[in-house]
Amino acid sequence: MTSIKTTYNRRSFLKASTATGGGLVLGFSWLASCSPTAEQVKAMPMEWFDINGFLKIGDNGIVTIMSPNPEIGQNVKTAMPMIVAEELDVDWKDVVVQQAGLDLKHFTRQVAGGSQSIRKGWDGLRMAGATARQMLVQAAAQQWEVDPTEITTRAGMIIHEQSDRELGYGEVASAAASIQVPEEVNLKSPKDFQIIGTSQKNVDGEAIVLGKPLFGLDTDREGMLIAMIAHPPAFGMKMKSLDASKALAMSGIKDVFTINSKPEGIELTWSDNNVFPELVVIVGETTWQTMKAKKSLKIEWESDTEPESSEQHEATLARLIKVDAKEPARKDGDPAAAFSKAAKVIERTYSAPFLAHNTLEPMNFFAHVTAEKAELVGPIQTPENLHKTVSKVLDMDPENVSIMMTRMGGGFGRRLYGHFGTEAALISQKMNAPIKLIYTREDDMTQGTYRPSYKVKYRAALDEENNLVAFHVRGVGTHGSPVFANRFPAGTVDHYLAENHTKESNISTGAWRAPRSNFIAGAEQAFLDEVAEIAGKDPIDFRLALFDKAIKDPVGKDNDYDAARYAGVLTLIKEKAKWGTPMPGVYRGVSAYFCHNSYVAQVVDVIMENDHPKIKKVWCAVDCGIVINPGSARNQIEGGIVDGIGHAMYSAMTFKNGSPEQSNFDKYRLIRHAEAPLEIETFFVENEIHPTGLGEPSLPPVIGALSNALAKAMGERFYQQPFMKERRVLG
Amino acid sequence: MAQFTLSVNGSSHTVEASPDTPILWVLRDHLKLVGAKYGCGIAQCGACTIHLEGTAIRSCSIPVSEVGDKSITTIEGLSEKGDHPLQKAWIEHDVPQCGYCQAGQIMNAASLIAKNPNPTDKDIDEAMHGNLCRCGTYIRIKKAIKSAASEIQ
Repeated sequence: MTSIKTTYNRRSFLKASTATGGGLVLGFSWLASCSPTAEQVKAMPMEWFDINGFLKIGDNGIVTIMSPNPEIGQNVKTAMPMIVAEELDVDWKDVVVQQAGLDLKHFTRQVAGGSQSIRKGWDGLRMAGATARQMLVQAAAQQWEVDPTEITTRAGMIIHEQSDRELGYGEVASAAASIQVPEEVNLKSPKDFQIIGTSQKNVDGEAIVLGKPLFGLDTDREGMLIAMIAHPPAFGMKMKSLDASKALAMSGIKDVFTINSKPEGIELTWSDNNVFPELVVIVGETTWQTMKAKKSLKIEWESDTEPESSEQHEATLARLIKVDAKEPARKDGDPAAAFSKAAKVIERTYSAPFLAHNTLEPMNFFAHVTAEKAELVGPIQTPENLHKTVSKVLDMDPENVSIMMTRMGGGFGRRLYGHFGTEAALISQKMNAPIKLIYTREDDMTQGTYRPSYKVKYRAALDEENNLVAFHVRGVGTHGSPVFANRFPAGTVDHYLAENHTKESNISTGAWRAPRSNFIAGAEQAFLDEVAEIAGKDPIDFRLALFDKAIKDPVGKDNDYDAARYAGVLTLIKEKAKWGTPMPGVYRGVSAYFCHNSYVAQVVDVIMENDHPKIKKVWCAVDCGIVINPGSARNQIEGGIVDGIGHAMYSAMTFKNGSPEQSNFDKYRLIRHAEAPLEIETFFVENEIHPTGLGEPSLPPVIGALSNALAKAMGERFYQQPFMKERRVLG
Repeated sequence: MAQFTLSVNGSSHTVEASPDTPILWVLRDHLKLVGAKYGCGIAQCGACTIHLEGTAIRSCSIPVSEVGDKSITTIEGLSEKGDHPLQKAWIEHDVPQCGYCQAGQIMNAASLIAKNPNPTDKDIDEAMHGNLCRCGTYIRIKKAIKSAASEIQ
C-alpha cells in the first residue's frame, strides 16, 4: 500500500485558535489535558476542518463530533456521536466528543425529554456522518482522478483497491471541506454497523471519576457572584413585605431585591411553568455567606389563594373517582350491559402521592447579562425554549443571547422547566455582573413542579369461563388524568370504557420521568395480575391471550401499540426467566408495558429474609428497536428499575396548609444501596427497527411487577404508594 | 473572617473564611476544587464526601474551624494519575449515569476498602448507606467496589 501526502489549498481550513463556539475551545483543552490512554495514541491535530455542523476533522484524522442534545445522565452524549461516527466510518477511538451549545442554525430539537433524543435524532445523525463520508470520498476521488464509486472506506481510511492507494481522513479533510454538500447519500445497512451495537464507555466517565468541573453548579468565572432565592414557604402564598437590613449588613452580601420572572405582557410557553414567579433574591460573594445571610432575611408572606393539604387532595380524588365522566375518553361496545351480565366483577382502586424530582444537583444557572449580550450556562433540558423566554424577558435580540448546556446532575423532567435560567438572567442584569444562581435543596424540593398525585379505579368483568369480557378504567389526577385511553388493554376487550377527571390545584406539577405512565403502569399491571389470579389463569398466559386477540381481531381503530411487539417482550421474558419453573422460596411477579415507543416486560423475584422482602433479581426484556450502545442501554434500564422500585416503595411529597412537609432527604425517602435489587438482567429484542425511547420505559412496569411479587411473598396486595406506608421496607 | 491553613491533597493552602463555613464551600468556592458536590447540606446524601485523615466525612456539615491540622483528601487528590482501583473499576463497569453523586460514592468506598479490603455485600450496604444515587446505579457501584477490592488484594 502507498500512502500519498498532498498539500491542499488551505483556504477553507479553520485554525483551532480561531474556531468559533465555546464548546470547541473546551474540547481542545480537554484533549490537551488528558494523558493519552493506551488506545488513544494520536495527538492533538494542528488544524481542524469544518465538514458540517456535527463534525470537524483534524489533519491527523482525529474527529470531533458534537453531541447536540442536553445530557442528563441518559448518555446521549456518547450514543448520538456514535451514530454519526458509524456513518462517517471512523474508528471510535479517534473520536473526541463535545457538547454543543444551543445552535439553532445547525441542530433541531435540542431537547432532553420524552426519551426521544435517539428516536428523533437518528436520521439526522446518520445523515451528518454519511454526508461527511461522501465528501471525503469525493475529495479523494478528485485527487486520485478516479470514479468515487471505486472508493471504499474503513475506520477513517479511504481506500482505492484498484490502484492500491489509501489516504487517512485527515489528509483529505481540507479538500473535503470545500466539496459541495451532496444531495443524496447512502446509509449503511444495519448488518454493516461497526460501532452501533457495541458497548462504548461513557465519554465523560473519566472526568466524572476525577471530579472535574462538568456540572452547572461547577461553573466559575472571574468576578462571579453567588445568588440565592427565597420563594413562598407554602403554595397559595405570596410576599407581603421584606426586611433585608440584617442580611445587607452581613459580610460579603452585595444586594437583596425581588424579581418577577413572568413580567406582564410577555407571552410564555409550557416550559415556563412556575407558580412562584416573584422571588426574593440575595446576592453575595461566596455561597456560604449568601446561604447564611439568606436565613436572616425577614420576609412576611400573605395568603393569595386557598391553602391545600394532602388530606383534602385525597378526599377530592376519592370523590371524583366515584363520578361518571361527562364524556368517555374511549368507549368500545356496550360496557354497561357487559358488566351487568358478568359472572364476576372485580373492582380495585390505586393511588399515588405527589413526588419531587430531586435531581441530586439542585436547580442552578449561570448568567452574564450586559447591555449588548446575555451569556447563559447551565443545566437545562429545553435550551431553545429558555432562549426564547430569556430574550423576551430581557427584551434582547435573540441573536445576542447564547445558551451553553452543562452536563446535568439528573433531569427526570425537572429541568424541562427553565424558570431558574430566566431568574439567573434577570439577577445578572440587575447586578450588572456575572452570577451563579443556586437553589438550596430546600428551595428545590419545595418549589413545586411535582409528579401529580393520582387515583385510578379499574373494573373487570369475567364471563362464566373466566374470560375478560369488559374493562373499565377511570382516572383522576392533579392537573390531568393518568389514563392513556388508547393503550392496552384497549383493543383487546370487546367492551371497554376509559374516563378521565382532572383536579385543579395551586400546587404546580410537571413531567416526571415517564409522565402518567410512572403511575398508571403499576396500577394496571397489578390489577391485571389480580384479575388473572381470580380467573385462575397464569398471569403471562392471561396477557398473551389478550394480545393474541389484539393481533388477530383488534377492537377499535386507534390502538396505540403494536400487539405483536408487546407479546414479543412478554414471550421473551417468559423464556429467559424460566417462568413456570418451580423456584422454592422465590416469589415472582410479572408486568409488561409500552411507553415512549418501546416495549418492556419484567419479572421481579422476591425472597423473604428474616420476615423482610428482598428483591433477588429483576429480569427485563426490552424492544426499543436498534440498540445503539448496549452496555449503557442496560445501565438506563437498571436505573429506571431502581428508580421505579424506590419511588413506589418509599417516596412522597405531602402538604399541610399549602406547605410541603418534606424539604430535604431527612424526611423525603429515596431508595438507598441495601434496598436495590441484588441483580438485574436485561435482554434486548434483536431487530432492525428504527430506535425508540430507553431513558424512561423500564421505570413504569417495575412498579407492577414488584407489587405482584410482594403480593405472592407477603400474601397481601398493595394499592397505595408508597407501599412502605402500608407495610415495610426492602432489604 | 479568620485565616485557616489547610492541608488539602498533600499541599498547604491558606484561606480566609468565617469559622462556620463548611469544608465543602471552602473547597468549592475558595480552593476551586469542585469534585465534592452539594446535594443536601445536612449530611443526608453523601455527594460531598471527602476524607479527613483518611476517613470519609460529609464536608457539607463540618465547619472549617474543626479541621485543624488534619489532612483533607478530595476526589481530585485520591490518586495521582486518576488510577485508584476504584476510579478504574468505575470506568470498567461504566457506573455513572448523570455522574453527580459518583465522586462522593468513590470517596466513601475508598474509605471502606482502605479499612476493610474484602467487604461483603452487607459491609458495602452498610458503609454506603449514606450515599444517595438518584439515577439508581447502586448495583454497578457494588460491582465496582468488589472488583476494586479484589484488585487490591
